[in-house]
Amino acid sequence: MIRRGYAIVAATLIAAPVSSWAASPPGAAACLGCHTVAADGSPVLPLGNFTAEQIVTAMQAFRSGTRPATVMNRIARGFSDEEIKAIADWYARSKTK
Amino acid sequence: MLAAFGMPTARAATKAAPRVVVIGGGFGGASCARLIKSADRGIAVTLVEANPTYIACPLSNAVLAGLRPLEQQKFGYDRVRADGIEVVHRKVTAVDARQRTVRLDDGKQLSYDRLVVAPGVDLRFDAIPGYTEAAAEVMPHAWKAGEQTLLLRRQLEAMKDGGVVVMSAPANPFRCPPGPYERASLIAHYLKTRKPRSKLILLDAKDAFSKQKLFEAAWHELYPGLIEWVGLSSGGNVTRVEPDTRTFVTEFGSHRADVGNVIPPQRAAAVAALAGVADQTGWCPVDPVTFESKLQPGVHLIGDAIIAGGMPKSAFSANSQARVCATAVVDLLRERTPATPKLINTCYSLVAPDYGISIAGVYQPANGLLTDVPGAGGVSQLDAPKSVRAQEAVYAEAWFKTITQGVFG
Ligand SMILES: Cc1cc2nc3c(=O)[nH]c(=O)nc-3n(C[C@H](O)[C@H](O)[C@H](O)COP(=O)(O)OP(=O)(O)OC[C@H]3O[C@@H](n4cnc5c(N)ncnc54)[C@H](O)[C@@H]3O)c2cc1C
Ligand code: HEC
Repeated sequence: MIRRGYAIVAATLIAAPVSSWAASPPGAAACLGCHTVAADGSPVLPLGNFTAEQIVTAMQAFRSGTRPATVMNRIARGFSDEEIKAIADWYARSKTK
Repeated sequence: MLAAFGMPTARAATKAAPRVVVIGGGFGGASCARLIKSADRGIAVTLVEANPTYIACPLSNAVLAGLRPLEQQKFGYDRVRADGIEVVHRKVTAVDARQRTVRLDDGKQLSYDRLVVAPGVDLRFDAIPGYTEAAAEVMPHAWKAGEQTLLLRRQLEAMKDGGVVVMSAPANPFRCPPGPYERASLIAHYLKTRKPRSKLILLDAKDAFSKQKLFEAAWHELYPGLIEWVGLSSGGNVTRVEPDTRTFVTEFGSHRADVGNVIPPQRAAAVAALAGVADQTGWCPVDPVTFESKLQPGVHLIGDAIIAGGMPKSAFSANSQARVCATAVVDLLRERTPATPKLINTCYSLVAPDYGISIAGVYQPANGLLTDVPGAGGVSQLDAPKSVRAQEAVYAEAWFKTITQGVFG
């Protein structure tokens, strides 16, 4: 049962990268309130534009306050290193599929 | 979770397509329906929404101020249908959580394996003496966007220069905590630019409000002397309204308005009580991991109708909850254990067309509620330069585009 479930989710991920929010790590789906995955002309840049390393670096800089922000500083402070890493890896994966 | 509520139904056992019914096609329900379908096309999803056109509230305060046409607030369900979701424009009149059925106002009945209820709020016309549905035709609430928004707009346009606008805001909890103060700001913007001798009085049933320092600093800077905020302890609690004379009566006196806007107390929309998922507060307690009702198994709730702990009643919250709820519904139908989620809310408010401020929070389940992650969130910087306010105004509109595109586009 469990194995079958994961197979379904993996298939969805590949078939529909832009809405491949299922089985995402905690918090990742919430970024999509403001960001998209693929470019759509918004001034809030699509997360599919970045590598996992770029997302991790940006989030850590927002969290520590070394990178100026209107809102990302307040959001990044809610996530641990492990959570940021998992979210960044997930966005990097959804981009390449 | 599975042991408590996961009673496999006859359908699940025979491996027929599991059925999900979603009640309410707003920021919560329409998102949730689409996310369930996109996660697992093998689930049959029906969305029941009373109205064929959804009129979004966020940015509707800009419509009041003449900064935006109401047309830009309207959305249809064609793209939702195109996802393979059955969209039914009917009103739900009954829910039987034991039989797992939903009854519509044409007498039809739908059965479900899991139900998602996202009906938003009802305005309480029993809370302030004198404030009935008929009174709202004279003193609009404009707290559900549409005709009410246009009515209040027309009244503002017709008001003479030197007139007095009186607004009233309810005690917590209610839909969109910063909304009344954004509204006061944008009406003040309209008055300042078009009717500069006018004044706005905001009667409040509480002594503190969302983003208060930011709003008050901005009012002082942009609209000096124009907005008078009257908190609870200064007599802000409205005990009665008299629509004939557009009068607000408070514990301390009365205010006669040229234009009166009553934002009344609210509760979860009626269908929540019909389904037995609202408690004595009028709102719906839920499990913060699955958004399943604490009162009825198999029924999930999201959006304005729920008791969400630290999360405010906002379109952003409803959408964030829809993502988590959709995952949980699919997991439970497929007999997987839902993971512990993390959610975000951000509410932007416009104080003027090029002046935006925000409040943000990150939430996780703790003690059976959604709780603020310590150290995260908060409001825009109090001493930020104009350029940052202008940037936030741009991000506010970008947020609206992104979220409505995701829900309806
Ligand atoms: C002036 C104003 C400004 C706002 N600004 C913002 C903002 O800037 N940012 C933000 O995040 N939020 C904002 N909000 C709040 C936001 O509009 C709500 O939080 C959001 O709409 C909640 O979504 P929901 O899905 O819970 O309910 P709703 O959007 O109200 O959707 C519920 C739907 O359910 C349907 N329904 C109800 N009962 C039944 C039934 N029995 N049968 C069939 N259908 C039914 C209704 O027709 C409705 O379409 C604002 C609100 C107001 C009033
Ligand atoms: C409320 C809207 C909002 C949410 C929610 C949000 N972001 Fe952002 N994000 C922004 C904005 C606006 C910026 C630009 C920086 C700023 O002003 O804060 C940004 C910038 C970024 C950047 C930097 C992009 C660059 O230019 O290098 C990254 C990376 C990022 N966000 C990741 C995330 C992740 C990951 C999440 C979810 C955990 C998230 N964001 C949630 C609004 C949001």
